[in-house]
Formats: sequence, structure tokens, C-alpha cells
Amino acid sequence: MSLNKFQIAQRISRELRDGDYVNLGIGIPTLVANYIPKNINVVLQSENGLLGMGPFPKLSEVDPDLINAGKQTITTLEGSVLFDSAESFSMIRGGHVNMTILGAMEVSENGDIANWKIPGKMVKGMGGAMDLVSSSDNIIVAMMHTNKKGDSKLLKKCQLPITGKKCIKKIFTNLAVLEVTEKGFLLTEKAEGVSVEEIIQKTEGKIEISKALKDI
Amino acid sequence: MITKVVTNANIAVQDIFDGATIMLGGFGLCGIPENSISALVSKGVKNLTCISNNAGVDDFGIGLLLQNKQVKKMVSSYVGENNEFERQLLTGELDVELIPQGTLAERCRAAGSGIPAFYTPAGVGTEISEGKEIREFNGKKYLLEKAFKADFSIIKAWKGDSAGNLIYKGTARNFNPIMAAAGKITIAEVEELVPVGELDPNFIHTPGIYIQRIFQGLNYEKRIEQKTIRDES
Repeated sequence: MSLNKFQIAQRISRELRDGDYVNLGIGIPTLVANYIPKNINVVLQSENGLLGMGPFPKLSEVDPDLINAGKQTITTLEGSVLFDSAESFSMIRGGHVNMTILGAMEVSENGDIANWKIPGKMVKGMGGAMDLVSSSDNIIVAMMHTNKKGDSKLLKKCQLPITGKKCIKKIFTNLAVLEVTEKGFLLTEKAEGVSVEEIIQKTEGKIEISKALKDI
Repeated sequence: MITKVVTNANIAVQDIFDGATIMLGGFGLCGIPENSISALVSKGVKNLTCISNNAGVDDFGIGLLLQNKQVKKMVSSYVGENNEFERQLLTGELDVELIPQGTLAERCRAAGSGIPAFYTPAGVGTEISEGKEIREFNGKKYLLEKAFKADFSIIKAWKGDSAGNLIYKGTARNFNPIMAAAGKITIAEVEELVPVGELDPNFIHTPGIYIQRIFQGLNYEKRIEQKTIRDES
């Protein structure tokens, strides 16, 4: 069975290490916050100027002066800190944020990512995505393996305008976990009950199968 | 004695001229200078170039200036959530320059701190690098990006004193402090204006040296774009 978005988020949460500072993008990445293991301390960064992002507020706690980068109302936690946008991106570009988890429209076999623009459609902007992908050593993607038409999103070369070059290290989809290596995608884990053949068939880019392949 | 305090938004923005480049603080609708935007709408000043992370929504924030066709160009990182913006962009009435958010912030910071340009990794290999100088440091490529130039910066803080010292609240800080330093003339509107001596110098975010005009704003709406709440239980 392929995973749903909650199960993808749950699998990604196992990548988190005690003490990590993590930036979560919009979409599936946001869901990862719900699955942070209780025995580790992970600090979430919101690029509009907050470290230590807490859960959504109760109705009585809603504060219009406290939002996340998706413009949703949020809360602070004990130990949270607020700062301006230049400081926020200094943290990001300076490599102080340990992990960035982003959604994507396409990822190529050499680690390019496209997630900001579709030609012919209204361009809304890249927000902080280009800064995030150009900076951290540990950028992972959470996305569905194929698009709504059923076409592969893991390509030889991105068809859409890219957000960053050679920056993605690991991809978590509804079917599999793949690493980006010198030789293309490396399939390391697959969803239980999904065949390797199906994953190969739905991956347009070059793909190798790890000798240590296991179920997610 | 010179005073920075002005009585209201209309006086604060009175010399903003047609064709001016203005920076406006805020992220989404959080921490935007609501009173000054309304004053610019009533003043009807035209052909503005607005540097701001976002472009508001149809009927609030910078969206009000767009509806009134006062904006010639928007310089932003993300401009969704605004139908009038989209319409003007498609008809060619409005020009837009999209910039990575961190680059936008650093171009503001550089403008206020005497740095004419800087190298950043954001956007290398993408279409925004076209026409820009690329240089390699320690095996990694970077783009040369230049400091902004703005005639006016209009920002919003929580508390301020008559010397222009400012304190922000929550994530309403965002671009406000860096834009404060970047404008030739910076106008700060605050929710609470206090006499000098009332703010603890240890906790001031923006030193008054950057602020030329300050006033206490009225009737803040503080509209929320995405009200998300968790179950009370």
C-alpha cells in the first residue's frame, strides 16, 4: 500500500535528531511537526522570524501578531525567540538550521528541485525557498511520487523552472525513500506491499536499488 | 528643538511624491503600517514602486494601493492571495520583480548599513541569476546582489518613544527593523507612543537614529489571513 501524506510525515519524523533546528515548508512538511518523537528536542524555525514555533493557538490565544511563514496563527513555546527577517535568513544561509523539509513539483536525478513556478500560470513567487535550498547541507523533499496526471515527479531533468541546483539529498514519497547519489536516485526503502517494479516504472530519472532495500 | 513626533499619518506621508520608491514593512498582513497605507490611499500619490515582502490582499494592506491604481511596480518575494494584483499584472498595468525572501531582506539590510552589494547563494543556477555576476568562493557559486535604494521607508512597531526608539511584538517585527535603517526618510507608526525614558534601553529593537518621523496610529484592525486554531480539549 502506498503511504498517505500523514504516513510520509511520520516517516520523515524519524530523520530528526535530538537538538536539531528544522525549517518546515508548506504542505506535507508542516505535518511533520505532529510526529516529533517525545524523547527528543527539536526546535522549529519559521523564516518570518521565530525559533521555537509552537502549535496552533486555542481560540482564546489567537494573536494576529504571531504567525508562521504560511501566515497561519501560531504560538510560542518556553525558550522561543523572535527576530527580524535578515537575522532569520542569516541563520538559514549561515548553515545554522540543520534540516530543511520542502515540498516539490519535480526533483531531478542530480538533486535539482523545482517548486516555485509553472509557466503559463500566475507566478506567486519563491518566498524563502531559493534561500533555503541554496544554504543547508541537509535538504529533504516530501512529495507524491507522481503528479495528478500520473507522471513521474522524479525526473532526469526538471521540466519546470528550478528553485535550486544539486541541493536535494533525500526524497520521501508515498511509494519510497530515495537518496540522491552521483549515479542518480538510490532506492533505499519502499512502502510495504509496493513492488520495486512499480517504483522503477514511476521514476523517470535513473534509479538504482540499494542492496539494503527494506520496507518503510 | 526638532521633534520627530507628528500628529497623524496624513502629516507623516505628506511629502511622499508621485514616482517615489517606498519600502513597507510587514509579512503578509502581520506588522504592516495600516495607518500610513490608508493615508497614502487618501493622498492618491501615483506611480509608486513598493518594496515589500508581500502585496497584501484585495481589500487590505498594499492591496488598497493596488485597487486605487497607485502602484507602478511591486518588488516582493511572494504575491499570492490578491486577485486585483493578478489582473493588473496580466494586463501589463503593473510591473513585478520577484526576489528570494532572504535576498530581499539582505538588500534592505545592506541599504541601511553602507554595504553596496553582497554575494549570496540563493538563486544560483535559476532564472533569477540571469544577467547577474556569479563568483565562486571555496568551490561554491554565489550571485552578486545590490542594496536597495528607497526614498521612504514606512514601518510599524508596537511601542515607540518620541526619540524614535522602537519595540516590536511577536512576528510583526519581520522586515520592519531592516527597512527602518534603509529609507532616506523613515516613518514609524506605533500602537503606543511614550515619552523618552519610558522604554528600557536594554529592550529596544530599533534605535531612534533610523527614524525621522513617528506617530501613534489609530484603530488597528490587524487582520488575520489564516486563522488556524487547535481544539480546546
